[in-house]
Amino acid sequence: RAMELPPGRVPAGRVAAVAAGFVRFQRGSPARALALRALRGVRAQDIKDVGHKYYLDLELEDVLDKDSTVNCSAEVLYHLGNKNIAPDVQFTLEGELKSTEEADHRFYTRIRSLEKELVAENIPDSHGHVPPELEPIHLLAWVASGYVIWQNSTENTQLQLAQIKHVKQVKRSDEYLQFDYVVLLHEMVSQEMIPWEMTVLWHPRDGVQVTRDSRQPGH
Amino acid sequence: ANMKLVFVLSALLGASLCLETFVGHQVLRVRTSNEEQVKQLQLLESLEHLQLDFWINPSASAVPVDVRIPAASVQSVKAFLESHGIEYSILIEDLQDVLDQEKQDMARAAQRQRGTGFDFGTYHTLEDIYAELDHLASEYSFVEKIQIGQSYEKRPLYVLKFSTGGSNRPAIWLDAGIHSREWVTQASALWIANKIASDYGTDASVTSLLDHMDLFLLPVANPDGFVYTHTSNRMWRKTRSKIPGSVCYGVDPNRNWDAGFGGPGASKNPCSDSYHGPSANSEVEVRSVVDFIKSHGNFKAFLTLHSYSQLLMYPYGYKCTRPADYAELESLGRSAANAIKSLYGTTFQVGPICTTIYMAGGTTIDWTYANGVKYSFSLELRDTGRYAFLLPSSHILPTATETWPALLDIMVHVLEHPY
Repeated sequence: RAMELPPGRVPAGRVAAVAAGFVRFQRGSPARALALRALRGVRAQDIKDVGHKYYLDLELEDVLDKDSTVNCSAEVLYHLGNKNIAPDVQFTLEGELKSTEEADHRFYTRIRSLEKELVAENIPDSHGHVPPELEPIHLLAWVASGYVIWQNSTENTQLQLAQIKHVKQVKRSDEYLQFDYVVLLHEMVSQEMIPWEMTVLWHPRDGVQVTRDSRQPGH
Repeated sequence: ANMKLVFVLSALLGASLCLETFVGHQVLRVRTSNEEQVKQLQLLESLEHLQLDFWINPSASAVPVDVRIPAASVQSVKAFLESHGIEYSILIEDLQDVLDQEKQDMARAAQRQRGTGFDFGTYHTLEDIYAELDHLASEYSFVEKIQIGQSYEKRPLYVLKFSTGGSNRPAIWLDAGIHSREWVTQASALWIANKIASDYGTDASVTSLLDHMDLFLLPVANPDGFVYTHTSNRMWRKTRSKIPGSVCYGVDPNRNWDAGFGGPGASKNPCSDSYHGPSANSEVEVRSVVDFIKSHGNFKAFLTLHSYSQLLMYPYGYKCTRPADYAELESLGRSAANAIKSLYGTTFQVGPICTTIYMAGGTTIDWTYANGVKYSFSLELRDTGRYAFLLPSSHILPTATETWPALLDIMVHVLEHPY
């Protein structure tokens, strides 16, 4: 039977972060990143010989429009044994998300028309500042990090994007935008800062894709 | 310019009251050249789904029309204007930027009016922080700067002592920045120091508090790490001590205390960010505080600031069993968390370290609690991961102003429950 867990206690927050990261990745764009606003409820179930399953009721908000929130129910299954398998995540969103067509199109056109490939570092900077024209690059990394976080999370870890150390646009012959990122992921339980490379592809018509990612040796 | 200021201010007021965002909103100045174009604009005005906000309404053709356009409508409105040959210019490229800048400017101006000259709403270097401590100590007779030791690299560890008299009165401790990358904590501590000093004599609770108790505030508990975050690595957490036999530097000062030292939740690996150190109190930054607390002998509360995660925690970290004072600490914690929430709606989770964030041996408040300081709390301030350690400076004042009532709530409880 599934047992109700207190939302303010471990591991509820970790499971919610994985679910939110997954949803963020699935529904994200350079103009839309969904963040976890509140964990309304969580139930845990021990499935013999399979793993731990969690049922979550989440409230998500659009970071660019905090008034815009959406309810989400999610299921996360952490597999027993092999820690290299990502947890299974399923979710349903209640209601519609605002269209980001205009902003997506604007960003896509702007980047495609750049003569020199975009390069940037330290987003945000030490003071937390992101230049407005780089905000979509920041959001895109945050959306893509949802994939990396989902793929690399266990019940004993909690990953968060801490900073983009370096980003370089790679021009392609097809219609996709490609950005090669080196980011820092903060792992809450060990407190480590983990450098991670990720190659991110995006087109307004498609979702965000992470085609390549690899953990780098640490400091 | 005056009109513009009025509208910007009302937008600012709206934004701050309703937590609206104006990211990507543009303000255009539209110049119509004939009656027909005025009609076109009035037609545009009637299209409610565009959510246009006319700061000056279309009336006569000679008067330019200023209109705020939400991000989603910008392209279509421009296309409409262009297709009808209506001239326009961009007054404001991104309204949110203007509002953010204005907010900062206003906060700075308000502060300048008070004559302190120190901008509490921005991040500072160690030198500037230490200069402000001197300033506070010189401006207020009941504030004294004392040195409780020095860091590994020989930087002074400065504490502000708030005392209106008496002899070794029961005392409250508050520190920040034990983990150097948690910049909102050192910044908040400075604001809090100034708040306490300026509220004594005018605020009833602060006055009553300082009339009966002393307060000791250590705003930069890890100055070597803090300097390192400015000069070399913004994400540095630990001290900067050289570890014998290792190429790596630094010990996690919040795993170095003598309570559950070396247990689960701390690493034996010197290169780890949660390395507990060669032995308990090996770090001079920790030992200096331990010695001070012990020799003073009359501390009743110990509050330590961290970021991020928005948590308000009490012992234990090194084991997942409840402390003897669980009921009172949980209840006081909840009351303090409600005080935080009442300002901007920021929610904090309350609970023991072990079951709220993770098991961790050798933490500060486990040691203080075991050494007679019943009211031992550790706070993780904003945010919950959107910016994490790189919290924008625009968050400093909201963070400090929402956290302070919680700390005061705890302090007043301590005052009213002597033991």
